[in-house]
Amino acid sequence: MGEKPIISLQNIAVSFDGEQILKNLNLNIRDGEFVTLLGPSGCGKTTTLRIIGGFVRPDTGDVYFDGKKITDVPPHKREVNTIFQKYALFPHLNVYDNVAFGMRIHKKSEKEIKKTVHEMLDLVSLGGFAHRGVNRLSGGQQQRVAIARALANDPKVLLLDEPLGALDLKLRKDMQVELKKIQQATGITFVFVTHDQEEALSMSDTVVVMDKGEIQQIGTPQDIYNEPQNAFVADFIGESNILDGVMHEDYLCEFAGRKFRCVDKGFAPRESVDVVIRPEDIDVMEPSEEYLTGTVTNVTFKGVHYEIIVDVKGFKWMIQSTDFQEVGNVIGLRLQPDDIHIMKKSEYSGMFGDYSTFSDEMEEDQSLQEEAEREE
Amino acid sequence: MKSKAVFAPYLVWMVIFILVPMLLVVYFAFTDKSGAFTLENIMKVGQYSNVFVRSIWLGALATAICLLTGYPVAYIIAHSSVRRQSVLIMLLMLPMWMNFLLRTYAWMTLLEDSGLINNLLAALGLPRVHMINTQGAVVLGMVYNYIPYMILPLYSVMSKIDVSVIEAAQDLGADGRKVFWKVTLPMSMPGVISGITMVFVPAVSTFIISKMLGGGGNLLIGDLIDMQFLGSSYNPNLGSAISLVLMVLILICMGIMNEFDDGETEKGGMMP
Repeated sequence: MGEKPIISLQNIAVSFDGEQILKNLNLNIRDGEFVTLLGPSGCGKTTTLRIIGGFVRPDTGDVYFDGKKITDVPPHKREVNTIFQKYALFPHLNVYDNVAFGMRIHKKSEKEIKKTVHEMLDLVSLGGFAHRGVNRLSGGQQQRVAIARALANDPKVLLLDEPLGALDLKLRKDMQVELKKIQQATGITFVFVTHDQEEALSMSDTVVVMDKGEIQQIGTPQDIYNEPQNAFVADFIGESNILDGVMHEDYLCEFAGRKFRCVDKGFAPRESVDVVIRPEDIDVMEPSEEYLTGTVTNVTFKGVHYEIIVDVKGFKWMIQSTDFQEVGNVIGLRLQPDDIHIMKKSEYSGMFGDYSTFSDEMEEDQSLQEEAEREE
Repeated sequence: MKSKAVFAPYLVWMVIFILVPMLLVVYFAFTDKSGAFTLENIMKVGQYSNVFVRSIWLGALATAICLLTGYPVAYIIAHSSVRRQSVLIMLLMLPMWMNFLLRTYAWMTLLEDSGLINNLLAALGLPRVHMINTQGAVVLGMVYNYIPYMILPLYSVMSKIDVSVIEAAQDLGADGRKVFWKVTLPMSMPGVISGITMVFVPAVSTFIISKMLGGGGNLLIGDLIDMQFLGSSYNPNLGSAISLVLMVLILICMGIMNEFDDGETEKGGMMP
């Protein structure tokens, strides 16, 4: 992995029809890296990818490729290739001609084309499919043809726009492994767009979490999960209990009406903070003075573990535990210092973290329903 | 079973109005006035080979002009905004709401030696041009009347081409020209084929256009058939024979056309 960025986005801003899609975005992607742009729909991740591909021209800011400015270079002259969300294979060509398309454009010899096409088809395990029409392939096979077609062009950077979104769960898992393997074998820089946090964590070297046209955090999957920078990242990546807290001094914080030892420092005395506790880090104990105590209000079996919702003085905590709890049980919650993660307050503070309802959408639906009932 | 019952009325309709008339055409073509079998009618068709050649030549010319002028129009419509598309399609259809005869009459008064165009030329001090009763006028009439049937299938195929396929071609290194030749054009072939079919067939067998704009000197097959059934030289047996030969010729032309399409009609388009 080189240290020099192969792609550099500097002060990029884009708006469509007066709506700001990207706000002053800065991003460096190193050569050979597997970078994932992760965020909810409408966060600007696909637009970012299309800027690198050349399909969207930023209103302000510049794009650099290998140190050269390419902001005004059209897509067909860029040394990047894209795998589109819906595959975008050429329906009038068979598998072979689809994969050969780029090389024919670049006037390679038919002998060379033949060799590369078969190499690429073998790489994506479609060796026997060369003369099949693309409309007769399954979704997963079409996906792999799209990968072979992009790789046959020998790109320096491969852009992948939610390529696994249309596949079923099992196939998606297989393709994740497959893609990671291809990336390691070829050493090509991958820029991967997804809204699936699990996919992002399991595949990437670097994850870029985006929301509302801004980068929220850049880091390794471990960093992003263990050290989220604000309430949005903590909530979007995995499950989190997010509480209001106060930092009394280094390594001492207060939330849920108690003081706790923690491992964070460097905050102003009595600074208001957000406290994140991952549901799998909480130990369930017999209720006692030592621990936070609460009543179990809901238990869901998730296969690997139970998801237990506990009401502690009106705040609903989520706990993931392999031990079953009866609804109505009173239990103690043990928190170790390294289970507690402190974040600075941000615009997202107070928007996430309580498990009284599972999603904003449900909350909205419920409030609408209540309104309707009141009107009757 | 239920689907068969639903299909029954259509089947009856097709037998009465398509199959029976076709068989009657074949029957008349191979019989004489007394009803005896004869090949004489078919042999006679040979005399009119010049009319056949003229019809096919003018029909093909009109079809080519429709394709060359209609393709860019369809492309422009398919690439404009959705609201604009419906307005443009509306404008295209508008003349078709007027009676076919009326439209062709209008061209007569425009093209006449003392018609609107020539009067305008004279008023501008330019020499008058003889336009009516020429092959050019016939082709113009064909193009004018049939071009919507070229544009509509082209538009319908082109508007269904996914933008991301075009982007994929650009992404793989194709510039605007290559995108057109390697993606847009091959992908719009089903539209080209059905457009050609829908213009060529009626253009070859028209008789009103040639009668009104072509005068007596530019007889087409349609006029010839018309004369056998309704005109001076009443001979339905010969008329049927000419129709039959025309049908066979058109089928051959269509067969050749479909060869270019690789038989892949399942991609869409509006194959008749």
